[in-house]
Amino acid sequence: MEDNIVLKMRNIHKIFPGVRALQGVDFTLRKGEIHALMGENGAGKSTLIKVLTGVYGKEEGDIFLDGTEGPVAIHSPQDAQNMGISTVYQEITLCPNLTVAENMFIGRTKGTVQNWKKMNADTDRILQSLEVPARAAQQLGTCSLAVQQMIAIARAVDMECKVLILDEPTSSLDEQEVEKLFKLMRDLRAKGVGIIFVTHFLEQVYEVCDRITVMRDGKLVGEYEIENLPRVQLVSKMLGKEVDDLSDIKGEVKTFDAGKDAVPVLEAEGLVSNAGIKPFDFHINKGEVNGFTGLLGSGRSECVRAIFGADRVTGGKVKMKGKDVKIAKPLDAMKNGIAYLPEDRKVDGIVGDLSVRDNIILAQQVLKGFFKPFSKAEANKVADEYIKLLNIKTASKDTPIKSLSGGNQQKVIVARWLFTHPEYLILDEPTRGIDVGTKVDIQKLVLKLASEGMSVTFISSELDEMIRTCSRLIVMRDRKAVGELTGDELNQSTIMNTIAGGDK
Amino acid sequence: MANSENVKTSSAGSWKNLLRNQCFIPIAALLLLAVFNLIVDPTFFRITFGYNSAGNPVLSGAIIDIINNGSELAILAIGMTLVTAASGGQDISVGAAIAIAGSVILRVLCGGNARPETLEAPIIVAFLVACVVAMLFGAFNGVLVAYFKIQPMIATLILYTAGRSIAAWINNNELPVISDPKFAYFGGFIPGIPIPTPFFIAVACMIVVGLALKFTNLRLYTQSVGINQSSARLNGLNPELIKVMTFVILGLCVAVAGLIKVSRVSSINYSVIAKDIEMDAILAVALGGNALSGGKFSMAASIIGAFVIQCLTTTLYKYGVPATALPAYKAVVVILLVIVSAPTVREYFSTLVKKMKLKGEVA
Amino acid sequence: MKKRLAVLLAGAMVMATLAGCGNGGTAETSAPATTDAPAAEPEAPAAEPEAEAEAPAEPEAEAEAPAAGGDLIKVGIINNDPSESGYRTANDADLKATFTEANGYSAQFAYGNPAVGNANEDQVKAAQQFIQDEVDYLLLSAADTAGWDTVLQDAQDAGVQVILFDRTIDADEGLYAASIVSDMDKEGQTAVDWLATQGLETYNIIHLQGQMGSAAQQGRTKALDEKVAAEANWNMVEQQTASWNAENAQQIVQSVISSGKEFNVIYAENDDMAKGAVAALDAANISHGVGKDVIVMGFDCNKWALEELLAGNWNYDGQCNPFQSSYISDVIKTLESGGTPAEKVIIMEEKGFDASTITAEDVEKYGI
Repeated sequence: MEDNIVLKMRNIHKIFPGVRALQGVDFTLRKGEIHALMGENGAGKSTLIKVLTGVYGKEEGDIFLDGTEGPVAIHSPQDAQNMGISTVYQEITLCPNLTVAENMFIGRTKGTVQNWKKMNADTDRILQSLEVPARAAQQLGTCSLAVQQMIAIARAVDMECKVLILDEPTSSLDEQEVEKLFKLMRDLRAKGVGIIFVTHFLEQVYEVCDRITVMRDGKLVGEYEIENLPRVQLVSKMLGKEVDDLSDIKGEVKTFDAGKDAVPVLEAEGLVSNAGIKPFDFHINKGEVNGFTGLLGSGRSECVRAIFGADRVTGGKVKMKGKDVKIAKPLDAMKNGIAYLPEDRKVDGIVGDLSVRDNIILAQQVLKGFFKPFSKAEANKVADEYIKLLNIKTASKDTPIKSLSGGNQQKVIVARWLFTHPEYLILDEPTRGIDVGTKVDIQKLVLKLASEGMSVTFISSELDEMIRTCSRLIVMRDRKAVGELTGDELNQSTIMNTIAGGDK
Repeated sequence: MANSENVKTSSAGSWKNLLRNQCFIPIAALLLLAVFNLIVDPTFFRITFGYNSAGNPVLSGAIIDIINNGSELAILAIGMTLVTAASGGQDISVGAAIAIAGSVILRVLCGGNARPETLEAPIIVAFLVACVVAMLFGAFNGVLVAYFKIQPMIATLILYTAGRSIAAWINNNELPVISDPKFAYFGGFIPGIPIPTPFFIAVACMIVVGLALKFTNLRLYTQSVGINQSSARLNGLNPELIKVMTFVILGLCVAVAGLIKVSRVSSINYSVIAKDIEMDAILAVALGGNALSGGKFSMAASIIGAFVIQCLTTTLYKYGVPATALPAYKAVVVILLVIVSAPTVREYFSTLVKKMKLKGEVA
Repeated sequence: MKKRLAVLLAGAMVMATLAGCGNGGTAETSAPATTDAPAAEPEAPAAEPEAEAEAPAEPEAEAEAPAAGGDLIKVGIINNDPSESGYRTANDADLKATFTEANGYSAQFAYGNPAVGNANEDQVKAAQQFIQDEVDYLLLSAADTAGWDTVLQDAQDAGVQVILFDRTIDADEGLYAASIVSDMDKEGQTAVDWLATQGLETYNIIHLQGQMGSAAQQGRTKALDEKVAAEANWNMVEQQTASWNAENAQQIVQSVISSGKEFNVIYAENDDMAKGAVAALDAANISHGVGKDVIVMGFDCNKWALEELLAGNWNYDGQCNPFQSSYISDVIKTLESGGTPAEKVIIMEEKGFDASTITAEDVEKYGI
């Protein structure tokens, strides 16, 4: 094995019932590099990672590790860990009710006796050396998500890993937290750790990575030096199309002319909920796409939740099409033609064990009433219709939604709300954690719906997505609406400045 | 009921579907018990026609015993399945609640006199009063679970503890005996009909719940709430109300089971009536392959599960297993069944089958 | 430093364990509050002696203000849950009717209920509570025979006289003043002797036992077991516990009938089980009672059971006398006057009723 290579995977094959998930994939990781593993959902990234970490067995192929003669056999995550392969997943897999130190050492101690004092001291030392802002004795649950993520990484580093796999670590972090994480990653790179970075954020790839391996449909597309692969090309390789969809979409942008055809659909005045936001005013016109922007935790989700009645509304007035309405609970909002795709797909969106069909009809079914269920035929027809319309990839409409990929789950939730034929659609982070193709699909869909007269509020952590789709942005800072931007103001720097605040 | 819709034409497909179908395990268990009885003593299946002491035609035999004595359990399994689905927990107070419902029926029928010559009120009135009372107690449990967020087992522990004393108190601690033969119809035989009435009542309950599942959104709502309460709420459902509703439905089931129980002996014994039936009801749900943590359910599988338990009990009685040892035998069988119906084990077997099939194709 | 810490830790752990014990202890002492609740609860059951007509005016007042009656004899009565059976209901009502203020007593009641918790433990706690309350007499019907030595010793040390009723216990005779019991063995023997006089060619018996291990079950089973072992023409077709439960009894008899075994005697250790068995016989059109195919035997002499005897549907019912209060008050009177009871163990008179000889007066007098 060459000197600077820590991991080599050759000709990996993996078959799931009915699917060839990996077909002869090669992957090489060098010492001290951050290597992006890119691909749309279903490309085989996760499967490859799981083969590497021993979660899945493989049908064919070899894995070579630095310092070991010949191919290694990895049968379990424990094996992988012992060989120096550590993984940090998108969802924190630590225990929130244990302390930081306990989480750092859980499952690693030999014997039954534990020296708590030493453990705490060791933990503090490691955290300090990696500049992670947490204390050993703190309960993990009290740390922010980003810090929890860093602790998970610190844990991996402390296990003297040679290969660190970061699976979508940034999807629930805000920009400052991402910066901190990147710094940590660069530090580790300097120490010679090989890092596999799986992400959907193109910008982040170009910010920290050295190399990119692109996969598509279970096959290797290629390995590239970062400087030799411009973004547009990366996207086209991931999508397998030469067309640049992203530039395509830009051409479709239409600015909404508020002056000419402003028919207000929803007007809220002094709306406030028990989720800790300051009272805010809001309105949206027919056919308009607007958005809430701001850092994570700035209150943008809480605002739309208040509009939908998802949190307990404690004050304010709401008018739908000029008429006073009372929205105390989600059903009130739904009856007034409002639909809401929640931020956290897993917790608030999908009903995991139910079929795709039941997930699609759920909201409309509730509107229709307890004693008027859709017949099986009707439900199937609707499901087929939306699966086709939104190009949802699912084995069948009876498949439980939880076995779909994130992007397709999101499409099902979108379908659910479209089926209620809302006048006003709220999409809170519809593009988070899903593949590029679906992101583009959803943005296109938003614009199409708006052009048909639907009002849409669109929230995304990715500014360029917001700029492409929204004609008006409400900027949130510290749980308060601090500005409204339209027209020419809709550019990265103005938005960033408004988010950051005037005193900066 | 749950998965029957997607029957495929190819034989391999239908095999797989059969294995996946939730009813497979309880039906297999039932068949296993049947085969065991067939081998050991085929008289198990003998059904004889005769007349009872009142001169009415009756059928008798072990099979009749099973459908007769399993009726209450099947009825309770219906309610328990819904409670489990929506709340992700179980009601352990159904035995005590049956004591209450039975006591209410007797109290209304006797009007406070322990040995009335005639009934003080029509049986239907007594039954309806018992329904209301049992549903109120169900609502009490439901409110504790849904609004006060108490673990279902803990919440229902209250009634579990107090229920039998309440039942005794309702009748001033007396043990009323009903002499009107009509009252015994519900737990025995209706003149001229040789099949035990409890079975008809159970079938009626199954039909009602079947219709309810078909013509209302009971299934979708309870499952949604059980799988993801937060998501259900954001889709306009009221999870708390739905949970209370399932407990109220269970209350209704309890009242029906209570009627059968007191009718069987035309009397009541507060401390032993329907004793430990809650555990059997929960077991029926588990045997049906339903997750005790809530969510998706198969009503048919639960009901079959109830009859599996009764079949087991009758079989053990038949072979003279000492009744004190009965729970132990039950436990062993139940452990086996529950392990076999656990999703992980089923997955393992289905992959095994698949692998064998792959090999077959290669060869 | 590390060592000291370890010692400290160890110390803390010991403390914690002790505290754990302590907690257990307090939990136990606080628990009597729960048994107290039924004890202070005579309000609810109190409604019932009133219904018995002969009940005195205000049993509640006694229980609530026991201290007020200075010259009253203070008795603490520990019994089993009255809703357990008709026998127990009658027993409890009998005691409540006798130990009244009008009769010169101030009585407190406590019950052990197996449906609620560990009946025997709760009873022990209640006994401790009564000893603390300085009752003059502790009347006890124990749920279990074992586990009473300590608390009875405490009673003796505190000068509390203990009178056992209804059930005996495994403790030194010196620890109690008298024991008023039914002789279950004798009840069983009386019943089996009666059965032997029926002169059947063969006795094929379905034996429905009570809760296994209880004194009544053991006594009533013993005589029958011995007889079946001794006589060639006495066969046990089925011997099963139905736990005093009518429904279980019904299921057991049903399964015997379904399996086609021949039988001509139902020996049920209480009336409820006999009733369940009869329900199964009726469903299968098997005649029973005087001069019919199957002999039905029960115990406890519930009024409704005696009525069945009177009607000739059953053949025999053995009495288990619940009316112990008169015996108890006799003992107390003897003790109060400075004497000692003539016998330590007082066995109550108990009858067995034959359907062919029972009279309507018997039903009224002995039915419970």
